Amino acid sequence: MTALPPPGGRKLGLVIDLDTCVGCHACAVNCKEWNTGGHAAPLPDHDPYGAGATGVWFNRVHTFEAGEGAAARTVHFPRSCLHCETPDCVRVCPTGASYKRAEDGIVLVNEDLCIGCKLCSWACPYGAREYDHDAGVMKKCTLCIDRIYNENLEEIDRVPACVATCPASARHFGDLGDPDSAVSRLVAARGGVALMPELGYAPVNRYLPPRPRRDTPGCTGAPAALPEAASGGGRFLRWIDAMLSR
Amino acid sequence: MHPAYSVIFFTTASGAGYGLLAMLGTFAAFGLVPPDPWFGAVAFALALGAIAFGLVSSTFHLGHPERAWRAYSQWRTSWLSREGVAATLTFVPAGLFAFGWMFVGENGGIWGALGLVVAAAAAATVYCTAMIYAALKTIRAWNHGIVTRLYLALAVLTGSLWYNALAWLFGHVSPFAPLVVIIALSYGFWLKRRYWMYIDGTHAASTVATATGLAGLGPVRLLDAPNTQENFVQEEMGYRIARAHATKLRRYAFFLLFAIPAALVLIGMEASLWLGLPCAVLAALSASFGVVIERWLFFAEAKHVVTLYYGADAA
Ligand code: SF4
Ligand code: SF4
Repeated sequence: MTALPPPGGRKLGLVIDLDTCVGCHACAVNCKEWNTGGHAAPLPDHDPYGAGATGVWFNRVHTFEAGEGAAARTVHFPRSCLHCETPDCVRVCPTGASYKRAEDGIVLVNEDLCIGCKLCSWACPYGAREYDHDAGVMKKCTLCIDRIYNENLEEIDRVPACVATCPASARHFGDLGDPDSAVSRLVAARGGVALMPELGYAPVNRYLPPRPRRDTPGCTGAPAALPEAASGGGRFLRWIDAMLSR
Repeated sequence: MHPAYSVIFFTTASGAGYGLLAMLGTFAAFGLVPPDPWFGAVAFALALGAIAFGLVSSTFHLGHPERAWRAYSQWRTSWLSREGVAATLTFVPAGLFAFGWMFVGENGGIWGALGLVVAAAAAATVYCTAMIYAALKTIRAWNHGIVTRLYLALAVLTGSLWYNALAWLFGHVSPFAPLVVIIALSYGFWLKRRYWMYIDGTHAASTVATATGLAGLGPVRLLDAPNTQENFVQEEMGYRIARAHATKLRRYAFFLLFAIPAALVLIGMEASLWLGLPCAVLAALSASFGVVIERWLFFAEAKHVVTLYYGADAA
């Protein structure tokens, strides 16, 4: 059904911290690894070991530069489906293959209904949908529905693969519809932003902007510099020093 | 946007086909054309043939053409689905109307009323086609009210030019066909000029700063792409056309779609068969090429906001 569910209720999504992301692409790789065996499997690759390698990925890490001159900084920017609240990717789908779940807001594709018209990928502002040329259907991030509800996994592992693997803890998963959830509090504390709000898709995922740059070091209790090396030592030591520094 | 030939041929061929159907329907309803069975046979074959060719060519780019029937289901939200429904429904009155024209020998009275239904259904279908594009908020060049009017005007223009050519061929020349051509042509030209001014001149609402949420840090630019080879999104949505190239193609579209047909149709109005017929046929052919170039540009010049993640500054 391409009609959107009524608003409210749970809004599962990701909060991505652009301050701590180190741009290692581990989330993208673990996403590919999990999902090529998961709900939307396989995620095909063409010419994977050649010069023209292409394939379907649900998560891609871009790198931007922001600011000018000495103040400019590098910002690594992981981009995946934002599980929007009012996404046109769902409304334009002619077959009902694309849908948004009422119970948790996750946006999915039913591959058995998809005719591969690609219109949903045109309707997504965030480039989150990638077409599988082998299967002839559209694929996208599932927010790892096959992990987050998976009772065969330890409770601590019931998070999306990208979140589980991030070595910098730059990715957080939770219910952004609940103002008291850890992710909602994090967004409030750090001033998390929605991407391209002007298009009206009401994305659920939030990005935490990099913290202000610090040009002076914080105080750790250690002296700011090592004491000057003693330059005394008598003639003998100075002779040895002179010999050794030849 | 990547200009896919299947979609370009679909929208231009079916547009001309629906335009021709609408001409047949309205002209019959107003008693401007007799129910000549041979004229009917050729005209309906051309119109319905172009529509069918367009529909078939549009299924070429589907991953699963055998599931195309599923596209009828989501007409409540999807313009693509609505287009499928409208296109299919139009065949019912169009088939009946053609039957009456060719086999009953009637195209006035109740059959003429049916002709008006055909014209309305054809217009509705073209409107749905245009809305598939005009409803996409991700593409500023398409998400505009001009787009639907342009699709309708160009469908009437190409359809009426074909009607005019067939009317010459079967000796049913009427001054009203060139009149429709000139009205559709002037309106279409005015719209297209406004359209080009619009896409050249307006400021983009989305920028790389809004796409990344990094505006607070100062100007934002792409440093590294996420992948070494072009991915699906870049291939489908990242098409860029050089300014000089676009300018040249706009000029070709202007001459082939508007200027040449206008001149030929005006010459043909006062001419004998030996001049009028070739003029009318050439005008129709010229516009048919012109509209393909126009549609190619409609795609090639349209910039998708996703390009902001791949190096564009504004979209
Ligand atoms: S990010 Fe794109 S694919 Fe995901 S819900 Fe929003 S519009 Fe749809
Ligand atoms: S590609 Fe599939 S999921 Fe996307 S709009 Fe077409 S039918 Fe729907």
